Amino acid sequence: MAHLDQSLIRNFCIIAHIDHGKSTLADRIIEKTGTLTSREMQEQVLDNMDLERERGITIKAQSVRIIYKANDGKEYIFNLIDTPGHVDFNYEVSRSLAACEGAVLVVDAAQGIEAQTLANVYLAVDHNLDVMPVINKIDLPSAEPERVINEIEDVIGIEAHEAPLISAKNGINIEQVLEQIVEKIPAPNGDVDAPLKALIFDSLYDSYKGVIIFCRVFDGVCTKGTKIKMMATGAEAEVVQVGIFGAGQFIPCDELSAGMVGYITASLKNVKDTTVGDTVTDADNPCKEALPGYKKVNPMVYCGLYPADGAEYPDLRDALEKLQLNDASLSFEPETSIALGFGFRCGFLGLLHLEIIQERLEREYNLDLVTTAPGVVYKVHKTDGEVIELTNPSNLPDPSVIDYMEEPFVSAEIMVTTDYVGAIMQLCQERRGIYKSMEYMETTRALLKYDLPLNEIIYDFFDALKSRSRGYASLDYEFKGYERSDLVKLDMLINKEEVDALSFILHKDTAYERGRKMCEKLKEEIPRHLFEIPIQAAIGSKVIARETVKAVRKDVLAKCYGGDITRKRKLLEKQKEGKKRMRQIGNVEIPQKAFMSVLKLDEE
Amino acid sequence: MKRYVSLYVHIPFCAVKCKYCDFLSFDGESYQTMLRYVDALCQEIKLYAPIVDEYTVRSVFIGGGTPSILDESLITNIMAFIKQTFKLEKDAEVTIEANPGTLRHQKLTGYKLAGINRISIGLQSADDEMIKRLGRLHNYDQFVASFKAARRAGFNNINIDIMSGLPGQTIHSYVDTLSKVLDYEPEHISAYSLSIEEGTPFASDESVLNDLPPEMVDRRMYEVTKKLLAAKGYDRYEFSNYARPGYECIHNMVYWTGGEYIGLGLGASSYFQGKRFNNTRNIRYYIDTLEEIADKFVDNDNREILYNDTTKMIRENITPIYIDSRMEEFMFLGLRMTCGVSRSDFEERFKKDIFEVYGPVLNKYIGEGFMEMTDDRIYLTDRGIDVSNVILSDFLLN
Repeated sequence: MAHLDQSLIRNFCIIAHIDHGKSTLADRIIEKTGTLTSREMQEQVLDNMDLERERGITIKAQSVRIIYKANDGKEYIFNLIDTPGHVDFNYEVSRSLAACEGAVLVVDAAQGIEAQTLANVYLAVDHNLDVMPVINKIDLPSAEPERVINEIEDVIGIEAHEAPLISAKNGINIEQVLEQIVEKIPAPNGDVDAPLKALIFDSLYDSYKGVIIFCRVFDGVCTKGTKIKMMATGAEAEVVQVGIFGAGQFIPCDELSAGMVGYITASLKNVKDTTVGDTVTDADNPCKEALPGYKKVNPMVYCGLYPADGAEYPDLRDALEKLQLNDASLSFEPETSIALGFGFRCGFLGLLHLEIIQERLEREYNLDLVTTAPGVVYKVHKTDGEVIELTNPSNLPDPSVIDYMEEPFVSAEIMVTTDYVGAIMQLCQERRGIYKSMEYMETTRALLKYDLPLNEIIYDFFDALKSRSRGYASLDYEFKGYERSDLVKLDMLINKEEVDALSFILHKDTAYERGRKMCEKLKEEIPRHLFEIPIQAAIGSKVIARETVKAVRKDVLAKCYGGDITRKRKLLEKQKEGKKRMRQIGNVEIPQKAFMSVLKLDEE
Repeated sequence: MKRYVSLYVHIPFCAVKCKYCDFLSFDGESYQTMLRYVDALCQEIKLYAPIVDEYTVRSVFIGGGTPSILDESLITNIMAFIKQTFKLEKDAEVTIEANPGTLRHQKLTGYKLAGINRISIGLQSADDEMIKRLGRLHNYDQFVASFKAARRAGFNNINIDIMSGLPGQTIHSYVDTLSKVLDYEPEHISAYSLSIEEGTPFASDESVLNDLPPEMVDRRMYEVTKKLLAAKGYDRYEFSNYARPGYECIHNMVYWTGGEYIGLGLGASSYFQGKRFNNTRNIRYYIDTLEEIADKFVDNDNREILYNDTTKMIRENITPIYIDSRMEEFMFLGLRMTCGVSRSDFEERFKKDIFEVYGPVLNKYIGEGFMEMTDDRIYLTDRGIDVSNVILSDFLLN
């Protein structure tokens, strides 16, 4: 049987800075090529999670196969692999890129190059992809395609004068993009006769089919019955079905051969067996070496998730297990807090990932959650030489046995118009940033490079960046490594009792300020009780800030309602309902939102 | 066995509605409407004839609104229907609410003849400016005249309503009201604090909201009330009610002790035969419904059916009160009285020891000094009363 002619395949992805129109262009391509009728098109078909569509970002990589009849009269198969658009998911982006031969670079005609544009282009070039620029949003009044074209040539150094000038939103010049994909993006040239070698760029858990592996076949052929092996995890299974991606559906086919993009099902029960970046090969005839670049992704940000209603603990566990089936980068383990009861310490790729999981738990699983302050993984070097990776501040050993501590740093690149360079440098300084370099991209824009502690940017750095630059700054960062740091654990004491769920680790220099703000915030959040409640922030046994919640002096229903007892009852019920949403710490009732509000200390 | 019931009669009319009031009351209704309303009310009273044989009425409270806005002949009429339908105890307490300025000698003697033996006067404040700001029509001199007239007419059980926490009120102005009231030696004083209710003119009036006394002042008014009235021989028998010994309001006590009462008239609340409910709040519907049955009373055989059919039409929010609710009410209403609740009474009603149901809460608050216990009674301390909302809500059983 003849295999699919690789010269008629184009595997590509679309890369762009957030909001530059990546998903919209994908929609137009799918629409133009007739895979779907306009009526079937839901806005942004590739983003199939509700949350993705709502937030306008792509969370999981998606893929679609499209048939395009080009001007040369031949029918081409386009495999469009969508990539996640957020810095939290950098590794997923790199794996998606590795599955392609080329990348369509979308640049906003008004905004020009942004930090993620650069980061994604560099990533694409690293993977030897041919980058094909497209200028989008030319219909905007503020569009300056000429300037942007020059910028692309100057800054990135790729030829851009032939770049199609399009409006993905209005469907202008999409044909030209399709023709250029045929012309400019190389066809795959794998060896069909070599042993199977395929790259996993995503996987999905389906309750009927088990794990569905999304892969790109580089060499060889995979068919039903092939005994496959994941080279990194070692998992083996017999292929049940192979197929290709329609828009939003799986279409079974006979085989996946070199150059093709498709899916494999093999009755695997756990997505952990099929981690992104791993190589699929034939267990009986394995390839010599795996595809390069596999790495195990580790969570960068941790927080405690607790059910607001303790009885929902098993439901939370079930929900996390289900989410993990589709998201190998989510980790969780049970933990107990004195304040919050039973819950889980969960690890995430970043704050966005955390928010997404939290929202999905609340929305899809109807859970009411209490989240503790997110933190990073600290390395605690003990005097006896042991090194602990600390994800929960409560587990910090006694200071007397700690030699020193390390915290994770990232290398950040911030692109900003020159007007705001001062403001952004000040922000980085405030966040304990270490200045590395500054380059002017052109006369009006600069690229700032800083090393920043991860824990300084996981809360609200992005928001601060946007507000201090009036939206003109963009950020990209990658994990750099651990560095020694002067860290302390800040404890909050409410009515003299330490509340474990409110403790966190931070740099010594910021502890005082933060402690003060925490006290103020908690004072606002904790209702008056029948007695006075001191709120203290302490490092070890030293109290560094204090506030007091005054006692209730008078709360009596002195109004007369005649015989209308129902009304009286309603008032008392309201009061009681208020108490229910509280957590009992000693004899103090703390509203659940107090635990979350301390995350928002920096809002003026 | 003798079964007791109390009657509440609602008169939903006022000359002008007070700016803080959210009770069911109308101003500007025509005299014609008032007449029709009283007729309808009398029909409603008549309805009860076939089912109240075994009951004895120990208190009647004619409230509003401003009942004293009606001619005394109408009140006489209402009382006549009540006496015709219900069996009134010989010394039943019969109260009417009145506003200063609406009480004349003739009216008062009319009340007296109709069987009314207690008057409740809504003074609120002795400061005329304050009174005006509340949107009330009377002044202090009119109050003095009304009070004296009531005494002359032979009323020896008079209550005066006063309010604290009024906009612009100072501690001096409040104490002035208190001492002026005490000069007249009423038998009973109700001292309420103003609460701003949604939907009232006060709730949306910034100048009022900004002028409410600060928490400290409000609290001092509350303290001074307790002290001054105690010194003058008034016993605080409930959160906001003070009386000379023997003059505690029987009707109020019925509410606090879980006694049965029938609400008559527009929107009136009842706790009768194991259910709480209230009458319709729609005055046209109320009048129309009761006018329609006016000629059906002739058929003596079907009086019970008439009662069932008609009350079904005018009653709303019918809630059966099961044992849990009864226990809750026993506590959160009973604890409003300074004598509190009785353990043996609890056990007799619910066949359970009070500690079996409320042990943890009682122990907590007794331990913290917010409640006290004697052999049989459990009650809130002064400190407990001050913060009673927090405490009483803990007696709700999930």
